[in-house]
This record gives sequence, structure tokens and C-alpha cells, in this order.
Amino acid sequence: MTARRLAKGGRIDRSRMISMQFDGRRIAAHPGDTLASALLAAGEMIIARSFKYHRPRGVFSAGTEEPNALITLGEGARSEPNTRATTLEAFDGLVARGQNGWPNVRHDLSAINGALSPFIGAGFYYKTFIGPFRGTAFWMFCERYIRKAAGMGRAITLSDPDSYDKTNAFCDVLVIGAGPAGLSAALTAGRQGLRVILAEQDFALGGALLSAPPDAATDAWLSTTADELHSLPNVTILARTTVFGAYDGNVFGAVQRQWDHVAQPPSDEARQCYLKIRAKRTVLATGAFERPLVFGNNDRPGVMLASAVRTYLNRYGVLAGQNVLIATNNDSAYATALDLVRAGAQVTLCDARASVPQPLANELTSAGGVCLSGHGIASAHGHRHITAASVVPVDRNGRATGVTVRLRFDLIAVSGGWAPALQLWSQRQMKPVYDTENGCFLPVPDLLPDMCFAGSVIAAPGLSDAIIQGALAGGASTSQTAHLADTAPHWARDLHPLWCVMNAQDKPFGKAFVDMQHDVTVRDLDQAHDEGYVSVEHLKRYTTTGMATDQGKLSNVNALARMAQLSEKSLPETGTTTFRPPVTPVTIGALVGHDSGEHFHATRLTPLQDWHLRNGAVMTQAGPWLRPWYYPIGDETLDQAYRREAAHVRRAVGLVDVSTLGKIMVQGPDAANLLNLLYVNGWSTLKPGKLRYGVMLREDGIVLDDGATARLSEYDYLMSTTTSGAGRVMSHIEHLLATSLYDLRVRVTSVSDQWAAMALAGPASRDVLRAVSGDFAAALSPNSLTDAQVEGVAVRVHRMSFSGELAYEIYVRSEDAEDVWAALITAGAPHDIAPYGTEAMGTLRIEKGHVAGPELDGRATLRDMGMGRMASSRKPFVGSVLAQRPDLQDPDRPMLVGLEIDGPIGAKAGAILFAADGKTEGNGLGWVTSTTWSPALERFIALGYLGGAPERIGSTVRAIDFLGESTVMARVVSPQFFDPEGERQNA
Amino acid sequence: MIRLDCPVCGHRDETEFAYLGDATVRRPDPSITDPGTWADFVFLRDNPRGAHCEYWQHVMGCREWLIVNRNTATHQIDSCQLARSVFAGEATMAASS
Ligand SMILES: [Zn+2]
Repeated sequence: MTARRLAKGGRIDRSRMISMQFDGRRIAAHPGDTLASALLAAGEMIIARSFKYHRPRGVFSAGTEEPNALITLGEGARSEPNTRATTLEAFDGLVARGQNGWPNVRHDLSAINGALSPFIGAGFYYKTFIGPFRGTAFWMFCERYIRKAAGMGRAITLSDPDSYDKTNAFCDVLVIGAGPAGLSAALTAGRQGLRVILAEQDFALGGALLSAPPDAATDAWLSTTADELHSLPNVTILARTTVFGAYDGNVFGAVQRQWDHVAQPPSDEARQCYLKIRAKRTVLATGAFERPLVFGNNDRPGVMLASAVRTYLNRYGVLAGQNVLIATNNDSAYATALDLVRAGAQVTLCDARASVPQPLANELTSAGGVCLSGHGIASAHGHRHITAASVVPVDRNGRATGVTVRLRFDLIAVSGGWAPALQLWSQRQMKPVYDTENGCFLPVPDLLPDMCFAGSVIAAPGLSDAIIQGALAGGASTSQTAHLADTAPHWARDLHPLWCVMNAQDKPFGKAFVDMQHDVTVRDLDQAHDEGYVSVEHLKRYTTTGMATDQGKLSNVNALARMAQLSEKSLPETGTTTFRPPVTPVTIGALVGHDSGEHFHATRLTPLQDWHLRNGAVMTQAGPWLRPWYYPIGDETLDQAYRREAAHVRRAVGLVDVSTLGKIMVQGPDAANLLNLLYVNGWSTLKPGKLRYGVMLREDGIVLDDGATARLSEYDYLMSTTTSGAGRVMSHIEHLLATSLYDLRVRVTSVSDQWAAMALAGPASRDVLRAVSGDFAAALSPNSLTDAQVEGVAVRVHRMSFSGELAYEIYVRSEDAEDVWAALITAGAPHDIAPYGTEAMGTLRIEKGHVAGPELDGRATLRDMGMGRMASSRKPFVGSVLAQRPDLQDPDRPMLVGLEIDGPIGAKAGAILFAADGKTEGNGLGWVTSTTWSPALERFIALGYLGGAPERIGSTVRAIDFLGESTVMARVVSPQFFDPEGERQNA
Repeated sequence: MIRLDCPVCGHRDETEFAYLGDATVRRPDPSITDPGTWADFVFLRDNPRGAHCEYWQHVMGCREWLIVNRNTATHQIDSCQLARSVFAGEATMAASS
């Protein structure tokens, strides 16, 4: 254990102590630490066990690219698996556990999987599923064991105690990344008065500047820039905010971790906030990830990225090793080497290039370091932590040319160059191009006109270049920005494209990992290639490289490089894979926000909702609506209540809330012409003060909706639609008017919310109406309407029946609905009035054979519903031509029938109808749509569609519910079960 | 997420809109009784990769039907107009020619 906290240095607050727990052990930290820096400072080397082989893993990086140091954060309902220790801000009371090890990551009994590793390489699952062991008990055993052993953190099943917010944000310029380039861009745009959002995933601004030695010249620039940005009211700085997705229309998804840096968020605060940002323009200043090198045992604790070693040293004051081997193929690792030597470490720099950069090498050797040119690292040694490394002379192609020498080290820092963090750009279906000079994939400027780049994401060679690029991206006309002398080479200058030292057989020295998070080795890639996987996308899925939660931030380019080598192609020819959101994992709770449970979607309430609740209604969901289902008396069940309510309407009088009906005003001189086109039946003869039932078709001739329309005055009609069809019908009419009937002088307006409606039904309904509105209202003839008053409130009364009883629909302004309803209940008391719900309403309409939602199923024609004769032949209407298609006119099509059920059990809606005798096979003769107990008939009845219906009237069919496995016998009858002549409603 | 520049409401998210498809098809004159003409109008659509002229309705806003030119491959929106003004313009041009 040689990592340690230095006595001074770092950008941490040493005056304050923080206490955390890792696997039950106390870990001390300072504000400004991450969990990873604190674990390193405490000498904790094994943080997790690997995905497949349970190999010990430590801290590899210092950022979001971390493949190894994944921990489970928190306890109980607040546990969050697969959290990267490298980006987790230290806080007092933090509790974390190492993952995928039992009993713990330091002593893991499942490490035996490593011994099985030859058998669980690339394509293991694919092969085993189709191989000789498929379905055998042996396979089932292995499968269970391997599935249990393989994996990362465990998801919990407790519900999340935290709350999450969602918000919309808008800006002129969104700057993603607050490193030198991003700060410069935000400042330039902010000074111009533009609305700027600067999003930074870290808790501190500065990006790569935070990894430079403290008190450098860059610190002064950083603090003055940050101060000015904070002072600008038009600049919003969002720290701890990850922009995880880039979408069409310059929309970005971001998550702000508002309270992840405390043990428990304040009770009235959301833990995280999901921001949907709409930006006019975006500056991507997302930096670059350092590329690892690939060699034997390159995943052991003690192997780290060179840039990460420098970050731990300069930002956190943690020296990750005392005797350090640095392996590189480019210039950038020299900065790490120099900083380490100055901090007192012994440093050997092993440069794969034959000629090393002399000034840098001289500076290193004169400071006390050792520099080896033309050497690569073959493998690391040590199990729980590295103890030594084998280095070997290499040629230009990375082939070992001499004997390996084993040297003792306690830290190996690697640099394979840099990979720009262009994920967000790539998410917009953009393909990066390989730039040979910089040795990396770069975004192509100008492909997305509203997105530009600054800094390392486009391989800015040095710090001042990054700042100038930022200023230009922020809208500066020329390079009118303060220059900063370069303190260190910022980019991977003079990169030699060599990432893996190979032996004479073109194999790495030992188990060499390309994708550490998914345990994919060079051997797996080689095997996939041997098996014929040549496309990048296929190889990725077959080996699962790049498919872990880090999305291959470190592994993709090295996997591509190996593929290119194997297929003897160049990297650009090999291609890249596409990145998809999220760039880093996002808590599902943040995406859900408050949209769960009863807030999953908006609920619509009628103006009578309060009355229903006060009077004991049991509510039910009908699409977005809540409607009274039934009003139980005492401890009545649904069955008891709806049977009583339906019988009551036929015997006395009932009142039902039908405010959910769609209501559309159709107004203008051409209103009747529009109705003639919409409905199958004619409207020219409808007089003011009269109502008519109508059915409308879709353009393809199938029934769209039905309902009554009232002519209020010469040019004013009030159309009613079904509850669920209201929106569909309105859009349908609006579309016709906008795109083909634009010459009609007519306007349509939805008034569904403005009008409440209630149906007063039953033999005593006339008496109740007379009591509240007088004789003239009570004297209304069928299909007529009149204005009236109830207790001084203006209402409109339609004589119209859905129940088959003498009935009136009373329309009233929504705000007066409850007064009118209450007046009717009061006036109806002597007549034994009772409210009824949707279940009884359904019973009444089924007894009458009226179609509703279950029959208007988007497949049925007018003829199928038994209303074929309603269609006018004297005028065209929507669907009139296509309704005549031969298939829609086929006499054998299932038609609406009534079904009288034998026995004490009803038919299930959806049950399939078969002949009484004969085989139960095929699609049957038809199906059941609506079903109920009929108090009037004192038996179960149902509606359904039945093929060959006319000949089958009077015969018996079987209704089979295959889900509930029940069969009932049913007699086929006319759908008008009750009072087919309509004597009651016309009474 | 697609954002449409509704001529009435300004830039709005696609979640406020409903989509109907090809806006180049024209509803036949109601007096036409040939089923083939109606079948073409109702059922036959091209499915191009690239430029596409299509109907959207601003259902959660002004409820106007819009004619949008959208690239189906890139989701780039080239224009967004009120359907009624497009058709009224066509009618005027037809009358004057
Ligand atoms: Zn609009």
C-alpha cells in the first residue's frame, strides 16, 4: 500500500475533515475529495470485482470514464449500484460498498470464475444457448451459477424515498463543459448579453486546469474568469450537471445532482432535477479521455491513466505510488512524470517511440527521472496490487524485439493518447473521422450548424489554443481574448499509434483487457475475428466490448485499433460505432420526476366530481376521466349496486353524470353542409329545436363515432360525441376544414369542458323535470330540446334516451352543474330519485342494444352494427365510397347480435363464439363485446359480433373465454333485448 | 426532440403536436365515386428517406393543422405553414390562372 496523502498540496479543504465508510471501514476525507481520492489516500486498493472473472479492480481514472471503481452508494432504499467512485463527491456520512465480491471485494470466493475464463469468452452465451448443453440440467445449473456470479451492483426493489424534479430551460448558448475552453466560450457569450447556460458535471469549475499543479498561473485565470461568470446575471452556471443526451431540434437532456453530495436531501427538496434544455446554439467543450494501453494484467489495481495520476496528485494531494512506471506513446505523459518526480516519487518513463522529445526527456532526467526510449510495457505483475512490470524493447509496429526485463514498481501510469469526448455530437447520428495527425477520431465541424467545438474535443494543441477556440465559439469576432502562456503540452503531441505490445506470435503478454468493465480481452477480439465477425457493430455486440455502463469511453478506440490490425485495414476504414444517450448513466427517478402513480398522466374530472365523492361514489377510470362507477349503499358490492341502480332507473328515476361526452359547437351558414358530409345520415331536414342521432365513418368506411346533434338555431348546432371519441372527432373535423373543406363558412369549437351534462332517466323523470322546470319542459316531445331554468339557473333540456326509459339530458354551464344536480336530487326525492354510475348505465344500454366503445372498435362497419339502412344514398359523406368495398359488404361479416346466457355465470367480454356443437378451432364465429346481468330480463345477457347472424338468430352458441377457461351457452337473439318498440322512451 | 415553429404559437416541442403523414395527397372531390381514387387517397403513401411534406396538428396549442417539410433522415425542418393558408393560396392561384 503505497498510495498516500501528501502533507500539503491539492485543491481540497484540509481545515475540515469528513468521515465516510467503505465496506464498513472508516475513510477520512476533506471537502473537495472524491470517494476515489479518499480511498486512494486511505490505501484502499481493491474497490470492486470485475464483471465476469471477479478480478480485483482498483481506481483506474479520475472521471466519468471509470471502468473499474464502481461501488454501491448508500444503504436500504437509498442504495444506488454502479456508482463511479471517481466522480462521487465526498460528503460526511457517505456509505459505500464494493461490488460483485462475496463476502467482500478483498476476499472474493467467486474469483474462481477466473479459472473458468477460457470457457466464458466472446459469444459464450450465444454458443451455449445453441450448443449441445442447451436445455440440459447441466446447463441450467451452470447458467444459474454464472448469472449469479457475473454482474455488477444489484438493483434494489424498495421504492425510492427521494423526490425528483423536471424543468424546462431555454438559452441562446449552451456551453457543455467548464474547462478552459468552455469557460472562455461562456464568458465571451455572457459578455455579449446572451442567455448562457454553462453545464459542468464536476462540482468544481476548471476541467483540466484542476489537474495542473496548484498556484500555477492558470489558477489566477480560472478564479477571475469564474468570478466574472458568476457576476453576469444572464449566465446560469450549472455545476454537478451532466448533459447526457443531444436530441433533434437542439434539445438536450441534463441531470443536475442537486443533493447528491449530502447523505440525505432536505425533506422539501428534490434530490436531482432533470432539465430539458432548448438551446439556440451549443458549444461542446467536453474535453477528451486519455486512452489506456493494453498489456498483460493491465487491469490490476495499481495500473492507472497517467492523467489520472496527475489529477490525484495535483487536485487531491494524493501520491498514488512511490515507485512509478509511466508507459506512453506520446508527449502528454511527461507532465505527469515531472509532477511525480517533483512530488518525490521515483519515476521511470518508458516511451514506445524510438526517438523521444529531447527537451522533455532532458527536463525529466535532470529532475531525477529515468527515460527509456523505444520500450513498451509487456505485462504487469502482482495479484491484489501490482508489484512489478515487464518492459521490453519494441519496434515501430509494437512487436517486442528483445528480452523482457522485470522491474519492481508499485504504480503503472499509462497514456495511449487522447480520445475526444464527442459522444453528444455522435448522438446526433454523426460519424467522426479519424485524424492521423492527432491520432484520434474528431468531430466534423459544420455538419450540425448549431453546434460548435472548442478545446480538447477538437484536439486543441495547447491551453491558449483551447481558450481562443472557446472565445471564438462563444461569439468573439477575432481572437480578442487574454492569452495564457502554455504551462504544459495539453494534447498528445507526436503520438505514435501503438497501443499494445505483441510477442512474436502477435499475441499480448498475458491476459490483456480491452474493455475492463465488461472483461473483454484481446483474445476475445481475436477469437471473434477468427469466427468471421468483421463489422464493428457485429464485433461490438458479439464480444460486448463498449457495451457496459461506460459505453466504451476507454475501450472503443483500442478495440477498433485491434480490429484494424487483424483485418489489415486502417482505423478509418474500420469505422466507429454510434454513441447513444445517456453519455453517463442517469437515475431513472430523475427521468420519471413526478410523473408516477396517479400523476402518471393528467386526470380529467367532471364538474360534479365533488358531489360524487361526498355521496359515496366509487370512481373508475375511463380513459383520462374519473367517473362514478357505482354508489354503494351500506356494504354493497359492485354487482349488488349496479343491479340495484339499473333496476331502479326502470322502476323509478335515476340521475347520471354524462359530462364526459364530447361537445362540439358547429356554427355558420354551412353548418348543415358540414354535418351532411360528416354523418352517414342527412341533416338538411332537421328543424331548429330538434335533435338527431348520427353515425360518422372514417375515410376508409369504418365507423368512427356516434352521437346526437342538436340544432339550436338556424346556424348553430351542438354535436355530441362519445367520451373517448371526442378528441379524435374534433381533429378529424378540423383536418377536413383545414385541408379540403376550407370554402365552407363554418366554425367548430370544442365546448366539452364548458358544458356539464346529466341524464335524468326513468318513468318518473317527467315528474321530476316538471317540479324543477315547469310544465313546458316536461311536455317536450322526443328528439326535441328547449331552454329552461332549474332554480333560476339557465339549462337546456334535450329529450333523448340512452337507457331506453323516458329520459332527458340536461346541459348546464359547468360552474352551475352542482347546483342543478343537487336541485334535481332534492326535487326527485318524492319520486325516489337515485344517482347511478357507469356500470348501471352500461347495463341499461346493453339491454337496449345501443352500441358504445366496445362495439365501436375501429373494425366495425355501419352494417356490422345493424344500422346499414341509416346511410343516405342521396349524398356523398366521409367514407361513403370505401364503405362499399366488397369485403365490407360481405353478408357473412360478423354482425351485432344479442346473446342470452344460460345459467348463473355471465359471458366474458372478449370471449370467442363457436357453434354449439362442432370443433373448437380457428377464429370462431364471432366474439362477445359487452356483457352484464340484466335486471329487466333477470338473466345474464351480452352483445357481440357473430358471423352469419341472420340465420343464427334463435340458435345456441358457445362463448369460450380462453383466458379464464370458462364456457357458457348462449342463445342468439336481436340486440334489442328490452322494449324493442321503444314504447317506454316515447311515453 | 423535433421542435416545430408553429406560425401561431412559435417554437414548440413535438409532444404538443399530432402527426398525420403525407400532406401531398389531396382529398378527392366528394362527388367522385370511383373506389380506386378513394383507395389511393386513403391507403397509398410513399415512405421516402429525405424530404417529406407532412401534416401535423398543434393539438395541445392553437389546434391548427400545419404543413411541415421535414427531412425524415435528419429531422431537419425546412418549413412549417398553416394548412389553411397553403390551401387558400392554392385556391387563389387556381382561380386567377
Ligand atoms: Zn400553434
